[in-house]
Amino acid sequence: MASATTRIDTAAAAAAQAHRSTAPAEARLEVRNLDFYYGANKALKNINFSLPSRRVTGMIGPSGCGKSTLLRVLNRMYSLYPGQRATGEVLMDGQNILDDSIDINALRSRIGMVFQKPTPFPMTIYENIAFGIRLHEKLSKTEMDERVEWALTRAALWGEAKDRLNTSAMGLSGGQQQRLCIARTIAVRPEVILLDEPTSALDPISTLRIEELIDELKRDFTIAIVTHNMQQAARCADQVAFFYLGELVEIAPAEDMFTAPKQPRTQDYITGRFG
Amino acid sequence: MPIEQSEHISRSFEEQLKKLREMVARMGGLAERQVADAAYALIRRDTELAAEVIGRDGEIDQLERDIESFSVRLLALRQPMASDLRFVIAAMKVSNAIERIGDYARNCAKRAVVISQQPQIGGFQGFQYMSQLVQQNLKEAIDSLVNQDAAAAERVWAADASVDEVYNGIFRELLTHMMEDARNITAATHLLFVAKNYERIGDHATNIAETVFYAVRGGALPEERPKGDTSPFAVVRPPV
Repeated sequence: MASATTRIDTAAAAAAQAHRSTAPAEARLEVRNLDFYYGANKALKNINFSLPSRRVTGMIGPSGCGKSTLLRVLNRMYSLYPGQRATGEVLMDGQNILDDSIDINALRSRIGMVFQKPTPFPMTIYENIAFGIRLHEKLSKTEMDERVEWALTRAALWGEAKDRLNTSAMGLSGGQQQRLCIARTIAVRPEVILLDEPTSALDPISTLRIEELIDELKRDFTIAIVTHNMQQAARCADQVAFFYLGELVEIAPAEDMFTAPKQPRTQDYITGRFG
Repeated sequence: MPIEQSEHISRSFEEQLKKLREMVARMGGLAERQVADAAYALIRRDTELAAEVIGRDGEIDQLERDIESFSVRLLALRQPMASDLRFVIAAMKVSNAIERIGDYARNCAKRAVVISQQPQIGGFQGFQYMSQLVQQNLKEAIDSLVNQDAAAAERVWAADASVDEVYNGIFRELLTHMMEDARNITAATHLLFVAKNYERIGDHATNIAETVFYAVRGGALPEERPKGDTSPFAVVRPPV
């Protein structure tokens, strides 16, 4: 009897362990004293936190709280727009990626991003993936074939796409298109993947597929996901950060965040008392 | 200090939580009355009241089932988070504890019927005092849940030691009665069980307080609680 109980406990503990990795991990990206401005408007105020290596960090908060802005800072997307500037530091391997001297194209191959709406290029499925790789690497045909297969497999799309690699990506369903975008992102072997509400345009089953995929991908990649869906953050993330009015209010392991958050503002937001 | 929370954006969810709160409060109120009436029936040798207590236990059991199914529904349909999640879980646990309390009260009432047919031994001051202490703790524990008052819960949690002390006194007194006259043994044995039941009710009130503290604060009380029950070690030596 006792041994049966012990066995169950151990199995449950192992399952919990597999699902959530809360053990401390080294920081892959470290954000220090980050401020961000849209012109004169300060959108992020003194943000300090880190993305632990091979963990999923969920970012939640009401619209306009700065979470998407933060993602845009993390891969220098904002540099495309005049009048937007960031101060402070975002450290990757000791280097501040906000520095002007940084090669932005190289940076974006290290920090990939997937957007809310699937954005496949109007090309074949194969070319969608090969396109980005060619910008960074010179691969032979065989190597490219292998890389495309690898990316599609890691994005859980290979089975559905392998017989139609040379057909247009626009013929894929929304969920498949989004997995294609994830495949395209991981094809250049980034270290960090930023996901900006990756499932908000998808049906529940496609959403679960993507979440399952995120669980898989965190073995190799450091992931940050912005989501409006609290349950999604609870399901996917190891640590969760709550943003409000450009401030990082609280950051904690997901289970603490959703059972016993420390800050009243977090509490109000996640229980639906915000107003 | 009770925590004031702002209202939910979803009014119907707010109302469902309020309903759950009221169900637990009603169940707690019923249990308080059962505990009080069981003690009264014992002390006054009132077998009619004892029969009423026994009959009323079904209401508590029904409420427990209602609270459970209502909580499961809330969890499934509303997916509550943080303090709401803790409250719903607490409501389920507390209703469970109250159901046990109801069972103990019913058991006391059953024994009160038997005891009323036995010769009276000693006074019932100890029982009266113990039942009052336990009722007080139970009431405050339930109130602390309804008012989301962690400080009140902590007071209840720490107040159980005096219940234990009275229980020890009753235990020793009853042992003495049994040694004095073997004809007391039937009544004294039943009374021992009654006292034990009240002591257990006190423990459940403490558990409720612990649950409430967690629900309100999100953290647990310390593991070790002040305890005063020494009866497990009590021995009475025969007169030499």
